[in-house]
Amino acid sequence: MIDLLAATPALPLDEAGKYVAGAYVVFLVLIVVYVAIMAAKLQRIERELRELAGFAEQRKQEEEREEVSA
Amino acid sequence: MYGKGLRPLSIATVAMLALSLSLVFFYAPLDADQGFVQKIFYLHVPLAIVALMGFVVGGAFAIAHLRSGNRKWDAYSYVSIHMSVIFGVAVLVTGGIWAKASWGHWWVWDEPTLVSFLIVFLMYATYYPFRYAIEDPERQARYASVFAITAGAFVPLNFMAVRMAESLVHPRTFATANGGLPGEMMFVFLCSLATMALLWVTLVKFELTAKSASGQVKRLRRALDAPAPGAGSRIAPEVS
Amino acid sequence: MTPSRAAFGAILGKDLRSELRTLQSLPAMALFAITSFVIFRFGLDRTQLSGSLASGVLWATLLFAAVLGINRLFVAEREEGGFDAIRLAPIDRSVLFAAKAAALLIYLLTLELVAVPIFALFFLDSAAGLLPLVLILLLADLGLAATGTLISSMAVNSRARDLLVPLVLLPLVVPLMIAATGATEPLLAVGGPGYDRFGTWLTVLGLYDLIFGLVGYAVFDFLLED
Repeated sequence: MIDLLAATPALPLDEAGKYVAGAYVVFLVLIVVYVAIMAAKLQRIERELRELAGFAEQRKQEEEREEVSA
Repeated sequence: MYGKGLRPLSIATVAMLALSLSLVFFYAPLDADQGFVQKIFYLHVPLAIVALMGFVVGGAFAIAHLRSGNRKWDAYSYVSIHMSVIFGVAVLVTGGIWAKASWGHWWVWDEPTLVSFLIVFLMYATYYPFRYAIEDPERQARYASVFAITAGAFVPLNFMAVRMAESLVHPRTFATANGGLPGEMMFVFLCSLATMALLWVTLVKFELTAKSASGQVKRLRRALDAPAPGAGSRIAPEVS
Repeated sequence: MTPSRAAFGAILGKDLRSELRTLQSLPAMALFAITSFVIFRFGLDRTQLSGSLASGVLWATLLFAAVLGINRLFVAEREEGGFDAIRLAPIDRSVLFAAKAAALLIYLLTLELVAVPIFALFFLDSAAGLLPLVLILLLADLGLAATGTLISSMAVNSRARDLLVPLVLLPLVVPLMIAATGATEPLLAVGGPGYDRFGTWLTVLGLYDLIFGLVGYAVFDFLLED
C-alpha cells in the first residue's frame, strides 16, 4: 500500500485528502441539515398536539360543568 | 402506519454506512490514475444512481396515483422526488469537488453524465414551483403526477442526447471508473450503492411518517372543531 | 368521418381562424424573433454567423419565441369554457391535445417561415444549408408542439401562468435543442453544409417526438378531469 501511495501521480496525499474529506463532509452536512429540518417539523407537531390536547381538555371541562348545572 | 419499519430500517442503514465507510478507507485499493481522490467515486456515483432511481420510482408512484385515484400514491411520489432532488444536490456538489480535484475546475462541461444530471436536476427542481402554483389540491396532485411521468420519460432521453452532444475529442475519463473495476473496488462500490439505497428508503419513510403525523394532527383538529392555526400559504400533499 | 376526427378538425379550424382574425400570437412571435436577431448582432458584436454560433442563436431565438406562443395556447379555452365543452362531448378528450398541438405546430412553422429567411439575410453567407434545415425544423417543431401543448394545458390552470411555461418547458426541451443545434451546426458551417451525424440527430429528434407525443396523448385525459 505504501509503495502504491508513493507511486501515485495526481495530487499529493495531503491535498487530495482535503478534497475527499470535503466531499464526505458535504454528505454529512446535508444529512444533518435534513435532520434539523425534520426536528423543526417535529417541534411544530408537538406544539400543535399540545394545543389540541389543551383544547380537548377544556371542552371536556365545559361539558362536565354543563352537566353539573343542567 | 408509516413509522412501523422505521427503526430496523435506520439501524440497517447506519450499519451499512459504517461498513461502507470502513471498506472505502481501509479495504478498497488505491486507484492508479487518480490516487486518493478516486475515493470520492464511492460517494458520488451511488448517490447519483440512487437519485435517478428515485426519480423513476416517483414516476411509478405517479402512475399508480393516476390509475387508482388514491392520493397516498401522490404523497409517495412527491416524497420520492423530493428526496431524489436532495440527493441530487449532494451529487452535483460532490461531482464538483471531484472535478476540481481531478481537473482543477469546479465545473466541467465535458463530463456528459454530470451535465445530464444537472439538466435532470433542474427539471425536477421546477416540480416545486409548478406544484405549488396550482391551488386546488386534487388538481395539484393530478398535474404533479403528470409532471412526474413526463419527467420520468425525459430522463433516459436526456442522458442519451447529452452523451451524443459531447465532442468525440474529449476523453471519457470516468468511463474507466465504471467499466473494468477490479473486484475489490466493485465490491466496495456495491456496498456503497446498497448503503445509499437504504439511506434513501429510510429517509423517504422518515418523511412520510412526519407527513402522516401532521395529517393526523389535522384530522384531530378537524374532529375537535378546533380553530386552525395560521394557514400555510401553499397546499402541500398530505398523508392521512 | 368519426366524431373524433370531426372534433379534431373543428378545434383546429377554430383555432386557426381565431388566430387569423385576431392575430394575437403570430406577429408577436415573429417580431420578437427578429428583434432578438438584432440584439444578438450587437450582443455578440458580429455581422456574420456560422457553425455553432449561428445554430445557437437561431435555435435559442426560435425557442424563446415559441414560448410566447405556448403561453397563450390555452387562454381561449380557459376563458370561454373550451375545457368544459370537451369534457361534455362524447369523444376522446385527447383530441383536444392533438388539435392544439397541431395548431401550435402550424404557428411554429409559420414563425419559421418568416424568421429563418430573415436570419439567413442578416447573418448567413449562403443559403445552401437552409433546405436540409427544413427537415430539422419540422422534427423539432413536432417535439416542441407536443411538449409545449402539454405544459401549456397545465400552466393555464395555475396561478403563476406566464412563469410556469418557461420554467418547466425549458429543461424539458433540452434534449430537443441539443439534437436540433447538433444537426444545424454543420449545416451552417463556413465551408458549406456538412452532414456529420445528421442521421443520428434526426433519430434523436424523432425519438423525442414519438415519446412526448405519446406521453402527452396518454396523460391528457387526466389533466381534464374535474
